Formats: sequence, C-alpha cells, structure tokens
Amino acid sequence: MVSSKEYSRIISLHFSPEVVRRPMMYNLAKHFDLTFNILKARISPREEGHMILELSGKLEDYKKGISYLQEHGISIRDVAQSISRDEESCTHCGLCTALCLARALYLEQDNRKILFDSTKCTACGMCIRTCPVSAMETEANGDF
Amino acid sequence: MSKKYAVSKTITQINEKIRAKKAVVLNAREMTNLVKSEGKVKAASHVDVVTTGTFSPMCSSSAIFNIGQQPPLIKTQKLWLNGVSCYSGLAAVDAIIGATEPSDDDPLNKVYPGMFKYGGGHVIEDLVRGKSVRLKAVSYGTDCYPRTALEKDITLAEMRNAWLFNPRNAYQNYNCAVNLTNKIVYTYMGPLRANMGNINFATAGELSPLFNDPYFLTIGLGTKIFLAGGTGYVLGSGTQHNPSPPRNERGIPKLPAGTLMVKGDLKQMNSRYLRGISFAGYGCSLSVGIGIPIPILNEEIAWHTGVADTDIDMPVVDYGYDYGAGKSKILKYLSYAELKSGEVELNEKRVSTVPLTSYSMSLEIADTLKRWIDQGEFLLTEAQEKIEAY
Repeated sequence: MVSSKEYSRIISLHFSPEVVRRPMMYNLAKHFDLTFNILKARISPREEGHMILELSGKLEDYKKGISYLQEHGISIRDVAQSISRDEESCTHCGLCTALCLARALYLEQDNRKILFDSTKCTACGMCIRTCPVSAMETEANGDF
Repeated sequence: MSKKYAVSKTITQINEKIRAKKAVVLNAREMTNLVKSEGKVKAASHVDVVTTGTFSPMCSSSAIFNIGQQPPLIKTQKLWLNGVSCYSGLAAVDAIIGATEPSDDDPLNKVYPGMFKYGGGHVIEDLVRGKSVRLKAVSYGTDCYPRTALEKDITLAEMRNAWLFNPRNAYQNYNCAVNLTNKIVYTYMGPLRANMGNINFATAGELSPLFNDPYFLTIGLGTKIFLAGGTGYVLGSGTQHNPSPPRNERGIPKLPAGTLMVKGDLKQMNSRYLRGISFAGYGCSLSVGIGIPIPILNEEIAWHTGVADTDIDMPVVDYGYDYGAGKSKILKYLSYAELKSGEVELNEKRVSTVPLTSYSMSLEIADTLKRWIDQGEFLLTEAQEKIEAY
C-alpha cells in the first residue's frame, strides 16, 4: 500500500466569536484523520480565539482540513510568517538560544552564526523578549 | 630585565615594517595554530603583530560630551538625552551619559520582567548612527549663565566634543552563569532557566584581548586600540582590576581578573560595533567592540598569544541562590572549548550553553584591525605605564 508522505506544519489560527465554541479540533481529527498538537490557545474577553497548532497527516487530508477550517471563517497563517529577524540588526551573539525551546534559533558551529529555521518556530515570542538588540520582530497584532 | 630571548624586536622596528607594509600580522586564532605547529621561537621570528577582538556587553561604559553654547549661555544643572538622565555636575555644558541608565519614564521591573527598551547605551548608539536626539536641560541661572532652560534636537556632529569613556571593559575571564533554583531568573548574564536549564557564558576565548596578554606585558596606558570601529586608547587598568588572581599553568586567570579603562573619539566610531542593548528583567547596557594589537617582541609574548580555547578555564557560578547573596562559590571549571561546543555536563546533567559574546563579530574585529595594520594605516604605540599583574 502506497501511503502519501506525512505532512506537518505549524500554523496560527484566528477564530471569530461565532466559531470559538465549536469543537473544530475534534472535527479535524475525526473527519480528516489529522493529528494536532496545540502549542498555544487563548480566547480573548471578546470571545475571539487564537491558537497555534502543529497539524500533521497526509498532504491530501491536510489540504482538506485547512479548507474545512477556512470554510468556517477561521483565518490561517503559517507561523513562519509571524516572527522574523532583522538581519541588519542581529549581532549573532546567541543569547536568543537560551529560551528557544523549539531550537528554531540555533548556533551554527562552523562560522558561529545564529541561524533561524522558521519552520520549527512555534511563535512563542520568547526570542523577542530575550534578544538584547531587539532584532526579533513580530507582526503588530500583538497576539503572540 | 636580564632575560635572554632568542627573538628580540622593538615596537619602533615593527612600526617601520608596518609603514613599509611588510609587517606580518595574524589574528589570534591563526597565531594559536602557528605556535602549536611551529613553536614559540619560530612563531615569534615570523610574526610581528597578533590582533585580538571581542564584541560583548560591557556595562561600565559611558560617553562624555560637550553640547556647545548658544546665547544666552547656560550652566546645565540637570540634563537629559532622549529622556535618559545624564550627569552634568561638571563645567558649564559638559555631561556624561552612562550605558545602564534607563530612560526616566521606563517602567523598570514594575511589570516583571521589565523590558528596558531604551537607555544610555541606546542613546550612544543613536548618536553614532547620526540620529538626532532630544536634548533637555535645566539650570538655576547665574549672572554669567543666565539661561535656565534649554530644549532642542542635537546630533553627534553638532556636539563640540564627544568621547566614549569606559571605566571597565574587556574583562579577563568571567563567570559562567547557571540557575539552581526551580524558577527562571533574569540576570545581566541573560535569562537562566530553572534547574540548570542553560548555562550562559561570555568572552571570545582565544580571540579575547586579555587572554592573549595575561600578564599585561604589552598592554598598558597609551596602547592604541580598535574601539568600536574607530581608534581609541587604553588609559590603564579598569575598575575592579584584580592583578593577582589564581592562574592556571599557562598564566590564564581562573576568575574574573584584569580589566581595562579605555577612551576614544565617539565621532570616529561605527554603530556596527557599538550597540545599545536590553536585558529583560535586568536593565540596559552597551555592547562594545574592542580589538587590541599585540606586538610580538619576543618568544615569551608569542607563547602567550598561542593560547587556545582548551587552555581557558572558566568558573561556573549559581546566579539563582548564590550570586545575589554575595557567595560566588565555584561549582566547577569548564574550558572555553567545552562551552563553545554547545553542551556541557554539570552535576550529571547535559546542559546547553548560551553565548553572550558574538564570536563572529569578535573575529570580524580582529580581522579588521589586522587589515588596518596590513595596509599601514594603524601604527602601534608603546605603553607608558604598566598595568599591574602577577
């Protein structure tokens, strides 16, 4: 049996108050056979939801699952787009690696520069707090 | 002075070679390899200058400046740049701004950990970048200095004079910090996760200036240096200088030991090597780039510049319970080479290491200074007074 390759992505979801109380994650698992790992979840006082999720499964199922979420008015973005680094400003000291538990920021041993693998980033935002020269940036919506 | 050396050169001879663009200059890392492969005597006869470099947070840094006068004259009593308090208890329009002074309206640690977004170090960086900053000054007014208030934008170019003046830089060796408590702590060594989650360390190892001249045989008052992209001078030992620390068999101090006081013309500097920084939960500071040339006058100096990362032992100190309580008990010594590897073993646990000093920038500084000397643009100076070390 040929199974399509496992696909995995860390994504950021925004729920409107209308869908925030529906069991969307349960439906994803049940109807689309996807595995999810919730990295962060929050419901604001205005009942808007925000969630950071690692979603894995067959690429075909993943695409269907994403369409399902979008049809329900949930806006989706790659977390990779949420946190970025100002390359001009970074001094490659390495302090950010102290709190980057996902190891998206890591020291390359040969030239001793800090690399940023945004596909591993979970947008926890700790690097923004840690970077001494404020080189790590997030978009202005303040959700992270 | 009765020591006989196989190789013996003077700074005057080396400067003649620099002027003729014939001097042999290596960075400290290249010298380490050469001394290892060829031995100290051959290395000393071949090499004229070794360049070192470091780019690291250096809290005891400041700028001294003179804002110039405009009629009616003022004797500034209190003075701010971009909302950061300066000290102006000096002659009429002289003032000092310290790297760790937060802006007056900073919330500090009221919401813990505070972010300390803007302080003296940032003002110094902004000035060097050519940005204009808001100057505010007040005074009580005198017969000779009638003005009582002044507020205007000012740039570094508009200041009459400005120097970087750092009372303690380039620490020779430093503590590696861990946290033995079960709660994260925020320190000047960066955030330390609970239960030894990480170990933070500073210095540039074998590239670091004072590891290459551990007994201050060449570095002293008057030594010309690379200071934040311009040229500066060593003014002598810095505050907290410890001349007689315990040393390992290579003479490398096993504790934070020697320090330097340095100054340089701020107007020549480059903001790439002078960066205002914020440590969450701790405060503001300044990262400073320093490169010091070491003239290879004899094989003893060559041998010292042959120091390798494996020769540098750094003390591990707990910043959770011990440091703040004034107990700097050394938990263990780790070599710089181990710390550089990314992971070390401590109390039977693998702990990831986190650098504070930019190694790539330190190397860039050593190589920039090397290029200046290679091109005949930077001559060496003779130290006029020795810094105490034994």
